[in-house]
Amino acid sequence: MSCKSCDCNQPAQPERRSFLGGSVSIIASMTILPGLVLHEVKAKPDDQRISNKNRWGILIDTRKCTTECDACVTACHKKHGIETHGRPDKDPQWIRKLKVEDPLTRKTSSFPIMCQHCEHPPCADVCPTGASFRREDGIVLVDRHLCIGCRYCMMACPYKARSFVHEETENPLPHTPRGKGTVEACNMCVYTVDKGGIPACVEACKLEGHQAMIFGDLNDPESEISQALLREGGQQIREDLGLNTGVRYQGIN
Amino acid sequence: MRQGLIALLIGLLLPLAAWSGVLPQIPEARKGESCVRPTDEMRKNHMKYILHQRDETVHEGYRNPQFSLVECINCHATKDDKGEWVSVKTEKHFCNSCHTYAAVKIDCFQCHADKPEEAYKQANHPLILREGLSEDTIRNTLMEARQ
Repeated sequence: MSCKSCDCNQPAQPERRSFLGGSVSIIASMTILPGLVLHEVKAKPDDQRISNKNRWGILIDTRKCTTECDACVTACHKKHGIETHGRPDKDPQWIRKLKVEDPLTRKTSSFPIMCQHCEHPPCADVCPTGASFRREDGIVLVDRHLCIGCRYCMMACPYKARSFVHEETENPLPHTPRGKGTVEACNMCVYTVDKGGIPACVEACKLEGHQAMIFGDLNDPESEISQALLREGGQQIREDLGLNTGVRYQGIN
Repeated sequence: MRQGLIALLIGLLLPLAAWSGVLPQIPEARKGESCVRPTDEMRKNHMKYILHQRDETVHEGYRNPQFSLVECINCHATKDDKGEWVSVKTEKHFCNSCHTYAAVKIDCFQCHADKPEEAYKQANHPLILREGLSEDTIRNTLMEARQ
């Protein structure tokens, strides 16, 4: 390995190498299939706290999303160990597919909907224990250590994004702790994002070849998502509520 | 005189021997030589460390593995005679072996996994982070994870 910053062909010092590999942000970008670059995100060192420098968001192009495909839903529920108990009305649902039709033009759109990660989340406003909160980087979470299961947040959420866990969780996964008596919702795969990865739904959509979802930092004007929003725009569902959501849509109208 | 001493020794040791049968049988950690802190300190303070880091992790994204519950389990979870991971519901589980003895009921595992990451296929999900994986490995694992 030679020094890249000055082209002097001097071997890099070992300390510097480990420093670069260990603590400085690594650009985790990797071609996983020929011609398909998954994403480019800067990994946060494990011992660093999140900050409002980032605002994570997802842009969903409904024109590329197809009615038949539910890869995002499957991937999400698989990744977080969400199982059905044969009672669809009570089963937790972190993400679901919607099909909407304009009654006048009869034009239909299909898209996934999940927690919209609002800047001003109504769920956090009504939470009596402070369990619902918004992280500095824009991800809205439920701290299940504090949640008492009152379900006010489920009432307050205009997107019906939250679910209550009615059954004991038999085998929660290491990075998605979840348990009976608490409310849960899409966490934008917070563990993976903290480690520099991308959410399961976005990954599944890319793998499926639809490329309808982009994940990235809305605060970074150079990011793919910001560029796409600048180029083509993107709307919020129920924009009138002024929640400034982190999840944006294109082509619903 | 000597017989008296032996009788006294036996008298002292017998209750001890009986007591050791009651003491928890704590399974050895699977990995590494030592814990993140000396054993006696961990015995006394592990809950404080976990609790402290819990809030930092959930609210501030602090992912230092040192006092992470997942890392505790990664080292301390053991397999039974049949090669199955021991559930926290049995006394053979590291946490439960001691907590049963101390009569302290914990609710960590109502939500958290009691088995190490390697026990779950899904836990290997953030594939794009792993360096040095071949393209085929990534493709196969992704396909497998989606089945």
